[in-house]
Amino acid sequence: MTQPRTCYVDISRYDPERGDQYPTMQRVQVPYDDSTSVLDVLQYVKEQVDSSLSYRWSCRMAICGSCGVMVNGIPKLGCKDFVRDYVAHKGVGRDHAANDAPALTIEPLAHFTGERDLVVNMDEFLTHLEAVKPYIIDPASRPNNPSAATHSQTPAQLARYQQFANCINCGLCYAACPQFGLNPEFVGPAAIALAHRYNLDSRDHGKHERMQVLNTHDGVWSCTFVGFCSDVCPKGVDPAAAVNQGKVESAKSMLIQLFKGSSIGDSRS
Amino acid sequence: MQQHEYDVVVVGGGGAGLRAAIAAAQASDGNSRIALLSKVYPMRSHTVAAEGGAAAVTRDDDSLQAHFEDTVAGGDWLAEQGVVDYFVKHAHRELVQMEHWGCPWSRQPNGNVQVRRFGGMKTERTWFAADKTGFHMLHTLYQTALQFDAITRFDEYFVLDIGVAEDGDEREVTGVLALDIKTGALHCIRAGAVIMATGGAGRVFKFNTNGGIVTGDGMAIAYRNGVPLRDMEFVQYHPTGLPGSGILITEASRGEGGVLVNKDGYRYLQDYELGPETPLGKPQNKYMELGPRDKLSQAFWHEQQRGRTGKHGTSDVVYLDLRHLGKAFLEERLPFICELAKAYVNVDPVHEPIPIRPAVHYTMGGILTDAQCETPIQGLFAAGECASVGLHGANRLGSNSLTELLVFGRLAGEQAWQRANARRNTPAKSDDMTAKTQYWQQRISAMQQNPKHAAVSSWPQLKQDLVATMERGCGIYRDEAGLQQSLNDIHELKVAYQRMHVADSSRGYNTDLLQAIELGFSLDVAEATCLAALERRESRGAHQRLETEYQQRNDEQFLKHSLVRWRDEQPATLEWQRVDTTLSAPKVRAYGEQGNAQASTPNRTQGGKV
Ligand SMILES: Cc1cc2nc3c(=O)[nH]c(=O)nc-3n(C[C@H](O)[C@H](O)[C@H](O)COP(=O)(O)OP(=O)(O)OC[C@H]3O[C@@H](n4cnc5c(N)ncnc54)[C@H](O)[C@@H]3O)c2cc1C
Ligand code: SF4
Ligand code: FES
Repeated sequence: MTQPRTCYVDISRYDPERGDQYPTMQRVQVPYDDSTSVLDVLQYVKEQVDSSLSYRWSCRMAICGSCGVMVNGIPKLGCKDFVRDYVAHKGVGRDHAANDAPALTIEPLAHFTGERDLVVNMDEFLTHLEAVKPYIIDPASRPNNPSAATHSQTPAQLARYQQFANCINCGLCYAACPQFGLNPEFVGPAAIALAHRYNLDSRDHGKHERMQVLNTHDGVWSCTFVGFCSDVCPKGVDPAAAVNQGKVESAKSMLIQLFKGSSIGDSRS
Repeated sequence: MQQHEYDVVVVGGGGAGLRAAIAAAQASDGNSRIALLSKVYPMRSHTVAAEGGAAAVTRDDDSLQAHFEDTVAGGDWLAEQGVVDYFVKHAHRELVQMEHWGCPWSRQPNGNVQVRRFGGMKTERTWFAADKTGFHMLHTLYQTALQFDAITRFDEYFVLDIGVAEDGDEREVTGVLALDIKTGALHCIRAGAVIMATGGAGRVFKFNTNGGIVTGDGMAIAYRNGVPLRDMEFVQYHPTGLPGSGILITEASRGEGGVLVNKDGYRYLQDYELGPETPLGKPQNKYMELGPRDKLSQAFWHEQQRGRTGKHGTSDVVYLDLRHLGKAFLEERLPFICELAKAYVNVDPVHEPIPIRPAVHYTMGGILTDAQCETPIQGLFAAGECASVGLHGANRLGSNSLTELLVFGRLAGEQAWQRANARRNTPAKSDDMTAKTQYWQQRISAMQQNPKHAAVSSWPQLKQDLVATMERGCGIYRDEAGLQQSLNDIHELKVAYQRMHVADSSRGYNTDLLQAIELGFSLDVAEATCLAALERRESRGAHQRLETEYQQRNDEQFLKHSLVRWRDEQPATLEWQRVDTTLSAPKVRAYGEQGNAQASTPNRTQGGKV
């Protein structure tokens, strides 16, 4: 067996119960190999170095959306981000243990309220998701009807919304979004993508209701189209595309409303 | 301490818990108060990781009888046949209901739902949403549940115990005791009915496909309160986990035509009564790669003994070859598998075979319930992987459990609402909630105050010992000596656990404490698993004994469920329970050509009806 390689990582620590006013960095030396993820690093620290480190995780396979953190300032899923990609940047073969400059800095997701260490408050994010009525709205649907048939939906119809249905609610796009950073009321990329997912679903009839949320100042129009949300999305959802298409839809529905002479969704305008 | 009153408490926000909560809300027409507790946000529950699909008879050339037979034979005749019968009849309508709620099922060109092959299933009947079926089901259920005002969510609440009222021989559930993870405060949530939907216990083993939260909590809570755990010896190894992490590569990869080869590129399954070899690109139901999971995992073990496995890092592996399926097809049908293989073993399945090995995947056994999902404690229900309603017997067929979450989640929700409604106006009985609260308060502070010196262990250390001994003694093949050793190890670990030290003394987000408590639950579940495995001196389904005299199925002595009972500070005890085989008498369980020969003989006993 070869000696395991090691590197240094800085981990943001914060526990208000212990009187911490602000986060501080804890530097730890950790072993790694080609398959070591950022989440593995945190597990190592918790189990071998300091069991009081708090962070969220479960699936360790990039599907549950629990483990979002900032790594060197960029929002990442801890379980799908690998140490190999950071140490490589610093030049292959150099022994990082020799100088203790950290290869990685791990911090809680930006723009969310920190609770403790790497755990952030997710409630505000979930409230935004709920606000867009993310479910099939179909006045004709009858619940629990065993004889009911499935709707027809062709692969092409499915393909229209499928990408937007792949969101794992990890929140990375909110940590990337400068507008959400300035205005936490902004419903944000994932919620808009989710609204779009249902709006594009051939089984749904709820677009009008959802557009009332998206039309507002805190809806699609808050976005200044930076596009960083799509860059950081670990699931290829492309929320920026959803926001953009949402703006087109929103403009359309505003025009229609204008012709009809009724007020649009934003009560403040 | 905060007190709350609800009609129904659902513990668990996975597929089973969410389906149950929706059903209870619907059954009460919205006139109920339902609390949904989960130690993680519901969409983080491990249902999210299910890839392959959910089974229900769908095609014209399929029949309920065939699904029934596949499930009963797949479970090596240890399934409750009345329960299987109910299941196959209600499976399809539940998947249709999911379609109405927006689940993005994969489709045929004509717009109908597409079905795929799955191991041990005679006909294509597995509905799927690409290779993220569980993810899409869970998000669909979560989002659908948002519409029901009757449901109040308690996200990140960790349930420690249930309250029980005793009245002579009658025992009734009265609610749950939970820790709010954010604040560390204890909450007492009373209810007329409680549904356990806490998922499996795969994390009791070292190498597994399960998420970190799958630690058997609900099983242990019911068990400590006197409900037996049934059929715990049956632990499913999935034949295709990634080496190192254990991350699952779905069976659908084989359903779609992937093949398994050993280090010589030989399709070894033909040597284990699963042949003859099927042509590349022409998978055939119940042959070769589409045999059931237990047989495939056992074949790996034999290949390993024969030195025909390869190496990936320190792991012995065989290979899943998907290359002949081509890039376009893989991207359409198995996109997640491609993503996982690239990220976690640095292999692109379009160009290279994926190294794989068996990993613990599914807990067939669980909390004993009757066919209506109720446990021997009145008002306490269980559904999903934590329950043993009797569907899977000695081995679960892939894609039956996602459907199980829906069929029995719904049933549990409806039944629980009925129980709660009947109890609504009855006076509250005196229960043990206060005593339980005191117990847990003391337990927690004891863990934090236990002296921290070298002789006193910490949970990471005990956990490592537990998962290692389970892997050693309670693996794919088992024998008396190994099982006895593991059982002894667990008894020692339980003693050490009492003296364990938890360093973190903060209240909020104290994951140090939570993992310590989870380990306590896991130790109890592990004990039940080992004891039942030790006492079952035969080989059946996923439980295989190495001793010559125990290598066969022995219906005379062991056509029975095991029931393990917990005893405080003493070793657990075991008894046996009759199995319902009224619809289909036990036969030899065979696959490949032998299975085909057998299928031509009538399969049902007289009078059996599906
Ligand atoms: C990788 C993988 C792939 C799979 N693929 C398939 C497939 O293709 N087809 C198929 O049919 N089956 C599949 N299965 C099996 C199936 O997915 C599971 O059996 C099923 O999802 C379990 O669902 P559940 O609702 O019972 O539990 P889970 O989804 O595990 O949910 C458990 C819930 O209980 C909560 N909980 C647990 N303990 C506590 C506590 N102490 N306090 C509060 N809350 C608690 C958790 O927070 C969680 O919300 C797969 C399993 C795995 C691991
Ligand atoms: S859109 Fe992408 S980045 Fe945003 S929450 Fe969803 S999966 Fe995460
Ligand atoms: S642990 Fe589930 S997404 Fe990372």
